[in-house]
Amino acid sequence: MSEAAQSSLASDDGAATLDHDHLVEERLVAWYFIAGLVYLFISFSGGLMMALQLVQWNPLQGSEYLSPGRWRMIHTNAVAYGFLANCFLAGLHWAVPRLTLKPVLSRPLSYFIFIAWQVVVVSTAAGILMGQAQGIEWGETPKWIDPLALAGLALVALNFMAPIIQAKGPLYVTLWYFMAAFVWTFLTYAMGNIAPEYFVSGTSAGAIGGLFIHDLVGLFVTPLAWGLMYYFVPILLKKPIWSHGLSLVGFWGLAFFYPLNGIHHFLYTPIPDFLEYGAIVSTIAVEFVVTTVIINFFGTLWGSGRAVVTNLPIRWFYTGMVLYFITCAQCAMQVTHTFQKLIHFTDWVVGHAHLVMFGVFSMWFFGMMTYLFPRLLKQSWYSRNLCEWHFWLSAGGILVMFIDLTLAGIFQGYFWASLQPWEASIDGSYPFWVTRLFAGLAIIGGQLAFVYNLWKTWQLSRRSAAAA
Amino acid sequence: MFESKSGILLIGGIGFFLFAFLSNALVPILLYRHLPEQTVEELADNQNLIYQFEDLKNRYPEQFEKYYGEANQENLTKALRLGSHIYTGEGCWHCHSQFIRPVSNESSRWGKVASSDEFQNELQRPVMWGTRRVGPDLSREGGRRGNDWHAVHFFNPQSLSPRSPMPKYAWFYDDNDPSKPNERGLAIITYVQWLGSWLEEYPDYEDYQPLEDQMRNPLE
Ligand code: HEC
Ligand code: HEM
Repeated sequence: MSEAAQSSLASDDGAATLDHDHLVEERLVAWYFIAGLVYLFISFSGGLMMALQLVQWNPLQGSEYLSPGRWRMIHTNAVAYGFLANCFLAGLHWAVPRLTLKPVLSRPLSYFIFIAWQVVVVSTAAGILMGQAQGIEWGETPKWIDPLALAGLALVALNFMAPIIQAKGPLYVTLWYFMAAFVWTFLTYAMGNIAPEYFVSGTSAGAIGGLFIHDLVGLFVTPLAWGLMYYFVPILLKKPIWSHGLSLVGFWGLAFFYPLNGIHHFLYTPIPDFLEYGAIVSTIAVEFVVTTVIINFFGTLWGSGRAVVTNLPIRWFYTGMVLYFITCAQCAMQVTHTFQKLIHFTDWVVGHAHLVMFGVFSMWFFGMMTYLFPRLLKQSWYSRNLCEWHFWLSAGGILVMFIDLTLAGIFQGYFWASLQPWEASIDGSYPFWVTRLFAGLAIIGGQLAFVYNLWKTWQLSRRSAAAA
Repeated sequence: MFESKSGILLIGGIGFFLFAFLSNALVPILLYRHLPEQTVEELADNQNLIYQFEDLKNRYPEQFEKYYGEANQENLTKALRLGSHIYTGEGCWHCHSQFIRPVSNESSRWGKVASSDEFQNELQRPVMWGTRRVGPDLSREGGRRGNDWHAVHFFNPQSLSPRSPMPKYAWFYDDNDPSKPNERGLAIITYVQWLGSWLEEYPDYEDYQPLEDQMRNPLE
């Protein structure tokens, strides 16, 4: 949005407060990103501990608070609710007021939500550490935190829906995704954490569990993340999205097919076959939808390809998109019964999970942070070299980890089907687990480079602020 | 409609979500509405399991006396509930599954393929199917190993399976001593012995032959 358009809008409304400083609470955006990074490192310590445990190099045995089983749940929960959720809130605070030209509902509420959400995440981690985890994958948040988390999600929706509802004229794609995500996230969280705990057991609970795992990725993370891509990519490339029609297909295709996928996490279970086939077919449909979105973004890039080399945030975004396409292509295969026989329960699935959570969504956030921190701190990056290290260690690490775990999964599947003793599959996995450990260390190294760079940049910004 | 606020909120947001919930969650709920959900008390009324619980009392009389007292129905229920709580809290279900698929020779390795009625009970709320197997499936684990085997295994898995990546669970024991399982230790062993106790073919660990022995060439 150009300055001119804004000031004209400001005068239309007769309000003089519509410049960016008043619209966007920049300090909060920075705080959300920093909170996200803190949880990222907490999550890393869990992943690292489990990776060490698998190769029997875990030095921290004997204390129940350092139990690898519990820390594995902290690993996934800290990533989803700590890292991703905080970064999303940062992105929303940056993008929504700019798109609607209205501030969020209330500034004190924004700060309250910030604090309340950190309380939710920290108590989730504490509850898991105390052995209070709830037995729902991705929903390990102890039972007593669930109502709190739901209240938090409702407040978030309220805070951001206020400016969106007031906005006049046609809505931009990003806002479609955000609006739907507010509804979906709340409903998904409520469904997944409450129904299998209090109302249903057994097979039906399994079906809901599958729906929950999937909706969390598909209806909370995916729409918010694509919404942010639709916002940042055109701004950085300085041109509009290639095709409005494809944007529509992408949004509505996702909205319809994605929620129908849930049961594909539990194929060959006692869930009836016709439901399993329904999930398989809609999963394959999602891959077609995804392809249209990818085409749309590469259509947008067409003609400005050099940006991928020169413009770091664009490079992060498009690397993530290529990996997204790989994830989805992989998904269309692994969802079939043929593949499921072999790879279900193996490290193949873990490789898939890391590819999408780190290789796609985390990468997009690193792109956003690379773009936004210099603007938030009013100071360009301390070292472009460290930014490059951040990118290459992350990209290299995730690629090695993905290939390694995918191969490990195929081996494990054949070891099990061959009816050799279980230990044979463990011996066979060992070299892959060692490789994954080092790939993980490379990823962590990349993030350390980033955090160091951020620290130095912050120091510079303080110095220039003091000088001014 | 496709770009309006109400279209997105009502059709995309609520409508499609509900459609998926109805078709993917409500259908199985309705399909299984006639299968009654068993309570833990009903589950504990099982000879295989009662035998194991009494065996625990005989093997670890002092510890058992201290934490549970009598080997009666009420205490068995208590142990099962706690065991199930530990199984979720320790994240065992992220390394072990609890269902046998009809493919990949799984029924040769572990036994009968899973069916819905097995999971229609209070201890499967939330259901413990799991999505990852670092270790073997446990839904047929009961009876395959003796209680003392489990006591040593949880204390130090590597002592029985040298390259096992399974963590040590020292906090299931008093005084760091594998012959002194505490309240939690006794509970998790009871829980593991419960798995599969409802089946005809509940094995007796003394006759139970591990797969590798079954597969061994008899002429060797
Ligand atoms: C890091 C993953 C991991 C975690 C966490 C884990 N296990 Fe294991 N478990 C294994 C592996 C691998 C084996 C096979 C090797 C062995 O016997 O130790 C195994 C074996 C077992 C066995 C023996 C199976 C048999 O008959 O051979 C039982 C019983 C068991 N685990 C129960 C549990 C329980 C209960 C918990 C939670 C308190 C748990 N495990 C946590 C990985 C894990
Ligand atoms: C931002 C980065 C990361 C994200 C988003 C992430 C995400 C995930 C997810 C989603 C899972 C669950 C997989 C499943 O159950 O299918 C998982 C498991 C795991 N992750 Fe990560 N991870 C990240 C980084 C790492 C790193 C750096 C390491 C290693 C040092 C690591 C090691 C592990 C291990 C060992 C598991 C358990 C796998 C198993 O059950 O066998 N992760 N992670």
